[in-house]
Amino acid sequence: MDLKPETLAEIEAAIPKYPEAQSAVMPLLHAIQKDQGAISNEAAEWVAEKLGIAPINVLSVVTFYPFFRQHKIGKRHIRVCRTLSCAMAGGSKVCDKVLSEFEAELNHASPDGEVTVEFAECLASCGSAPVMLVDEDLHENLTVEKAKEICDKIKAEAKA
Amino acid sequence: MAIHPKEQRLVLKYADEPGYTPSIDSYLAHGGYDMLKKAVTMEPQAIIDEVKASTLRGRGGAGFPCGLKWSFVDRKSGKPIYLICNCDESEPGTFKDRQIVHKDPHQLIEGMMISCFANNVAKAFIYIREEMPYGAKILDEAILEAKEKGFVGDNVLGSGYSCEIVVHRGAAAYICGEETGLIESLEGKRANPRIKPPYFPAVLGLYNCPTIVNNVETLCNAVHILDMGAEGFKKIGRPNNAGTRIWCVSGGVQRPGYYEVGEMTLGELVYDICGGPLPGRSIKAIIPGGSSMKILKNGERYKGKNPDGSEYDWGLEDIPLDYDGIAAAGSMSGSGGMMVLDDTVSIPAALANLMAFYSHESCGQCTPCREGSLWLKKITSRMVHGEARPEDVDLMLDVAGQIAGRTICAFGFAVAWPVQSYIAKFEDEFREYAAHLSDPNADRQAIKELACNG
Repeated sequence: MDLKPETLAEIEAAIPKYPEAQSAVMPLLHAIQKDQGAISNEAAEWVAEKLGIAPINVLSVVTFYPFFRQHKIGKRHIRVCRTLSCAMAGGSKVCDKVLSEFEAELNHASPDGEVTVEFAECLASCGSAPVMLVDEDLHENLTVEKAKEICDKIKAEAKA
Repeated sequence: MAIHPKEQRLVLKYADEPGYTPSIDSYLAHGGYDMLKKAVTMEPQAIIDEVKASTLRGRGGAGFPCGLKWSFVDRKSGKPIYLICNCDESEPGTFKDRQIVHKDPHQLIEGMMISCFANNVAKAFIYIREEMPYGAKILDEAILEAKEKGFVGDNVLGSGYSCEIVVHRGAAAYICGEETGLIESLEGKRANPRIKPPYFPAVLGLYNCPTIVNNVETLCNAVHILDMGAEGFKKIGRPNNAGTRIWCVSGGVQRPGYYEVGEMTLGELVYDICGGPLPGRSIKAIIPGGSSMKILKNGERYKGKNPDGSEYDWGLEDIPLDYDGIAAAGSMSGSGGMMVLDDTVSIPAALANLMAFYSHESCGQCTPCREGSLWLKKITSRMVHGEARPEDVDLMLDVAGQIAGRTICAFGFAVAWPVQSYIAKFEDEFREYAAHLSDPNADRQAIKELACNG
């Protein structure tokens, strides 16, 4: 495991916060996924050893939670909310626009590897629907036009 | 967001004030942590008694009385007592905890510290959903600030009392909002809810220790109960519905958003505050408390008897906007996430949207829920795609009936209630719809977009 120093520091800081080591599984997986883009079997075994638990107990967590992934995705992670309030406000059209801008298929990295577009379940911002997350940033009150502007910005940042 | 004159803001009092920031300086400049200072001079039991007397009910969904929940905590086990703030806000339609955490995190921390002191808790957690990464950072930062000032950590305000707060991030699983699923998740496992009995959190919670799980808004109210006193707090709202509530309104209204109000009717919120439907449209139905709650149909009369024997006969707009009012109309106020469906919304397509949600979010532990939610997704989906079968409406009711009440946690009801209530109130639409959409020339684009399930 070749983790960045700041990832290792984050991991060392997380473990003692919990009365029982197994509780640190999720914070460790968050740190490793951020560092490596996905959770490999090697990473799961590393976490297991670090916390003194069986690898299956780590893998069972990785496979349960939608946010943890075993395969890498595009450089930017775009999650368009699909649940009712966003759908009523046009979330589906926003998603279609983002997909077409990157010539991408839902849940697959775009051909240029820049983005992976997914549907997300309710992002808890229904009053400003439709919304989407681009990595950690929430974009609200989207329209097809606004979605295009965001895509253009992502493309420009990719070139820079 | 602009504050509407009909609002009565308590928890969100400062959140939208110009210049107010999540920093501790903002909070302290507005009297922040004064109630924690008061709390540590009180007997812990006196705080519990005050919260109990306030009749504060949980703001997360079930509406259980907070003080009563605290009173169930096993204090003789010899094990540590934990407190967990449930900030896994994921009930579709709900976005109130997001406002508190992002705009006024110290109020939550003060509410938690008061609650922890009252219940002799030395370690507390905030379980925040993964999709609020900035919220988690803001909370981490706020806890550091509060520690520096002596409000959190060792020897709080020189009282000899110590308590740590740890922010724990979820990973996009709705079921973590269910308190025992949350506890499993916090133990580093899959979030499969636990069976009650024996796993009542107050007795066998986190690490099988006594545990309190409260919603963000509920914990913030602890600050105001100490400030106003139980009697003052109870002056807001009807009896048994004390305090303000933050309603999150989305869908077909002119001014969607979050509104904190005292006693009022559903019509005052939807028409006066939110401006009613969009021009040229009308309100068809309202899902009052998050997507799991039974739908309320516009145009229907809601009749029954009050506890005092008098009778009520309400239209949708007359329903009192609180726990008991919405319960009397046959639904629940839930998490306060109100979705307004206007006359452009196809009810079967809305149901297809939600069934895709529930089948995705079922933890898979109980067969009726795991299999049933998937079948309900398949059936509603084929309706939307013009492949409905004549027996589908009855089949949906049959499947939903086999889920409700037959699972470990309340998620089973959350799947079944929309199916049962939407069909009960809009059966004609389901039946007509199925027939009409079998027409090969039918335009299904709009309903496919609403169902949004691939």
